[in-house]
Amino acid sequence: MSISRRNFLSWMGAGGACALSATRSGASPVQEFPGYAESYAVLHDSTKCIGCRSCEQACNQVNALPKPEKPFDDLSVLAEKRRTSAGAYTVVNRFFDASGQTVRYVKTQCNHCLEPACVSACFVKALQKDPSGAVRYDASLCVGCRYCMIACPFEIPAYEYDEPLTPRVMKCTLCRPRIIEGKLPGCVQGCPTRALSFGKRQELIAKARQRIWEHPDHYQDHIYGEQEMGGTNWLYLSAVPFSRIGMREDLGTTSAPELTSGALAAVPMVAGLWPVLLAGLYAISRRKDALARSEQKNAVAETVNRAQEETEAKLAALREKMTREKEAAISYEVKKALDEAAKQAEAGEEAEPDGSGTKSSKEDT
Amino acid sequence: MAGGHFSRGTFQWRPFHVIVGLIFLAGLIVTVLRFTGGLGTVTNLDDNNPWGLWIGFDLLCGVALAAGGYVTSAACYIFGLKRYHTAVRPAILTAFLGYALVVLALHYDVGRFWRLPYPIFVSQGTTSVLFEVGLCVFLYLTVLFLEFSPAALEWLGWKKVRALVVKLTLVLTIFGVILSTLHQSSLGALYLIAPSKLHPLWYSGYLPVYFFVSSIFAGMSMVIFESSLSHRFLHRKMDERHIRESHDVAFGFGKAASFLMISYLGIKLVGLAMDNTWQYLASSWGGWFLLELIGFVALPAFLFAVAVRDRNLKLLRFSAVLSVLGLILNRFNISLIAFNWHLPAAERYFPSWMEIVLSIFIVTLGVAAYRFACIRMPILYDHPDYS
Amino acid sequence: MQTMFHTLHAFMLHTKSITYLLVGGLLIGFLLFWFFLTGRDDEDPQA
Repeated sequence: MSISRRNFLSWMGAGGACALSATRSGASPVQEFPGYAESYAVLHDSTKCIGCRSCEQACNQVNALPKPEKPFDDLSVLAEKRRTSAGAYTVVNRFFDASGQTVRYVKTQCNHCLEPACVSACFVKALQKDPSGAVRYDASLCVGCRYCMIACPFEIPAYEYDEPLTPRVMKCTLCRPRIIEGKLPGCVQGCPTRALSFGKRQELIAKARQRIWEHPDHYQDHIYGEQEMGGTNWLYLSAVPFSRIGMREDLGTTSAPELTSGALAAVPMVAGLWPVLLAGLYAISRRKDALARSEQKNAVAETVNRAQEETEAKLAALREKMTREKEAAISYEVKKALDEAAKQAEAGEEAEPDGSGTKSSKEDT
Repeated sequence: MAGGHFSRGTFQWRPFHVIVGLIFLAGLIVTVLRFTGGLGTVTNLDDNNPWGLWIGFDLLCGVALAAGGYVTSAACYIFGLKRYHTAVRPAILTAFLGYALVVLALHYDVGRFWRLPYPIFVSQGTTSVLFEVGLCVFLYLTVLFLEFSPAALEWLGWKKVRALVVKLTLVLTIFGVILSTLHQSSLGALYLIAPSKLHPLWYSGYLPVYFFVSSIFAGMSMVIFESSLSHRFLHRKMDERHIRESHDVAFGFGKAASFLMISYLGIKLVGLAMDNTWQYLASSWGGWFLLELIGFVALPAFLFAVAVRDRNLKLLRFSAVLSVLGLILNRFNISLIAFNWHLPAAERYFPSWMEIVLSIFIVTLGVAAYRFACIRMPILYDHPDYS
Repeated sequence: MQTMFHTLHAFMLHTKSITYLLVGGLLIGFLLFWFFLTGRDDEDPQA
């Protein structure tokens, strides 16, 4: 849980919506998911495996897979570590103890996780978890993107790389068609040493516990697959730490859907909040533009006004000046006329001051 | 690419054409082999390494380097930085071509290419991060097509349709940013499901954030890089305004990228602190990780800053190239190099020459299409009828 | 929701599918609401 929760928190932090961090939006806030209680499983007691490859042969026949290069009774293939492939849904690998004396075998195939990474990763629902416990593959939907192979922590799904146009993802089916008919999976039926037991998952876990309890010196006190990656429908017992028989012990118990739930939960938050954020930024920049524009307009208007006022002031000053000059001219003329009149009056006493000068100056105005 | 081009009807073979012709021929051969012999014939992919160069480079780098489209259009239309206007069309064109080629490359990589629409139209696996990527890439390719269309419509002279599309600019830009945020980050989120396969130095809950942030500065660097190429090879197609403004755009983006890269460095360190993965720094993986961060993030960020302070265009362009290389290195690390780090050397992946040829073919296709568009359409100049 | 979900995956498939549809609707709704919200804005808000 901690990882998905942290992912989610980190995402929300980035999205700036920390208020939502209180709920596990990625998964479910209240529900627990028990899985399919009646699902089938296989318990592989690796201490009983003798590396005879009978399971491989049975699997090959039941699933009508192509004949391998070397026959199944040729045990020289065990010299190299093998993985599942498009032609082999299951393989047995051999491991030596540190001393090089003791030999251990372990069978590998799809573990049919309770919360499969491949199912969570498939973007066309070509992979589905079935109530029987099997992880089913539907080739009629598969695009061939191979994200399931990236996602699988056990490195199980294989691909038909040599098919040009109709490649399929190939992996163990838990022999679902057979178990529905009431038969055993091919490998279980083919196993001569009872290293494989088939049954309900709950019962097999109980059985495995009992074996560990009865033979504490013989078994590691761990059922591989009970918790790994959220649990699997294939369970393992071993005499040595599982990492010594090629199984990863660092996978943790967090299921695949939990790993991506945080990022997926952020998607609707981004889609829901980004439009507002972006439209807001747009509105702000537009308003700034508008303000700048209107400020510019105001500034222009003010300049025009000021210019106008200045012109008017100048005009007024000019007018005033002119008026003053004219007044001066008038008073000068009046004075002149008066003076002349006085002179005339002094010169001759006819006393006829008709003021012609004054008149003419008035007409000028 | 010595500037030789079509000269009035008579076509002359020049080195550029010969090289492009050879690449196309090689690409054609690989195409035939891929669709007759399957991925096994042309690639080094195997059951442990299902994603190779075509995803690591063509998809992850292609999408990230096409981020210039949403970054530039957002800067211009949403943030109102008008001086980026002349950079919008080249960036949108790059993005459109980039995404179109990503989708083309996916046709080679997936098993049944005709089912690529399945996740959207037939069977929706909504729990998959890849579903989110697919949906967003599909929608964003549509958005980019619409955003790019005015240039083509001006070229064709369809004024009415153009006027209609131009009205949608803001909506398309906002939608483009949302979609880009989602799928750029989701490409990083693809790897969240595989903590057991990706080296702890690169695996982080913050992967989506890292992918998103790095796409922004990579997109900016790509715009700077491309504008330098345009100046060199398509100068005659640029009008005065584009030439005048392109340097401002370059320095603006250089400044933004520089600051963002410093912040990216910071959040990368926070990632180490959150997961307490410091001890891995002492290993050889740590050296590689630090090379990526110091050599291809911190260094270009610093050089960007120096270039902006000194207004040194040459240094700016150099930093842009370094930063683009840094992004490619980061995506390679996450998808190829630090992925499956736990496997023994013999089981690791290295691309086949045919995978490399096809990637070069795809890039060449992009360059050729870009050149085709820039020569004919009003990308690097304003169409006189619409300015 | 009365549907019984046996696995977290089944639950997420159900909820994410609804969420994607919801988000698609929301985005269209946001757009329409934005037009309603700004329908009477003058060309120049300062005028």
